[in-house]
Amino acid sequence: MKRVAVLLMLLVGVAFSIVGKDAQPLAADPVLEERVLSLAKELRCLVCQNETLADSRADLAQDLRNQIREQMKAGKSDKEIIAFMTERYGKFILYRPPMDPTTYLLWFGPFILLLGGLLFLFRYVKQRRALIIEQPLSADERKRAESLLKPQGKEIA
Amino acid sequence: MRYIIPLVLFLGLVVFLAIGLGRDPHEVPSPLVNKPAPAFRLAQLKDPAKTFSPEEMRGKVWLLNVWASWCFSCREEHPLLIEAARTGALPIYGLNYRDKREDALPWLTELGDPYVLSVSDLDARVGMDYGVYGAPESYLIDRNGVIRFKQIGPISPDVWEKTILPLARELNK
Repeated sequence: MKRVAVLLMLLVGVAFSIVGKDAQPLAADPVLEERVLSLAKELRCLVCQNETLADSRADLAQDLRNQIREQMKAGKSDKEIIAFMTERYGKFILYRPPMDPTTYLLWFGPFILLLGGLLFLFRYVKQRRALIIEQPLSADERKRAESLLKPQGKEIA
Repeated sequence: MRYIIPLVLFLGLVVFLAIGLGRDPHEVPSPLVNKPAPAFRLAQLKDPAKTFSPEEMRGKVWLLNVWASWCFSCREEHPLLIEAARTGALPIYGLNYRDKREDALPWLTELGDPYVLSVSDLDARVGMDYGVYGAPESYLIDRNGVIRFKQIGPISPDVWEKTILPLARELNK
């Protein structure tokens, strides 16, 4: 009886595996979906701020992805869609900070720091050089140095 | 003299930290402030046969409050809105954001309804036009339909007394 039950279960399993199909692609248009995803990766989810719209599972991110998809279907360019997003959510939605007066410090700050560092280094080294006092060797010292530096006859030969 | 440079560096660090740590990273400056409030026409929550549009508020200073029954902070903000509605300082209209009618109506019955009326933004499209990314959010809109102030998160008594009310009074002059 038990065997029959196991056999039945196996048969049922086989039947289902025949009915089962390959997973349908989620998107009707993979090319469009690729575009949606690549743009969504450029945009920040405002609910969970360290995630992109592509990664986030928040409802808002879902809506915004749908919005991107719809606008792409309507023939809008990436640029127009980004403008749509920044008009509503501000530049904060952009993962790549744009170059404008509020971000000058961000863009140029590191170079200013580098320049400051170089300037400091240059002045410091110059200042140190001024501290070095030339001390010429006295006649005795010169003689000693020469005797030390003179090749020892035996060893060389 | 040799202590001045470290001292200046330290003070600089203190200033940066004081500014940086005092900020709420969830408060994203809205590009909509001082721009016309986006137009919409939505069904009213209590009477879906009727609609409402911000156009109808031309000539008035009013508050658009984004709320939802699922929104925990809205509950926190609610008593202030009830009190504000009672004083009649400012007409408050509700945008019921990404909510279900059957959830929203009992919420108002339970906690009271401070809104002149609420409209249903079921698919959150209007919310998107207003740059809503979390509820509650509130928009103070002037006579010409321009957004003059946006509050992200619950309105605190402090913000209400010191920012919204004075600004509304100013705009009503």
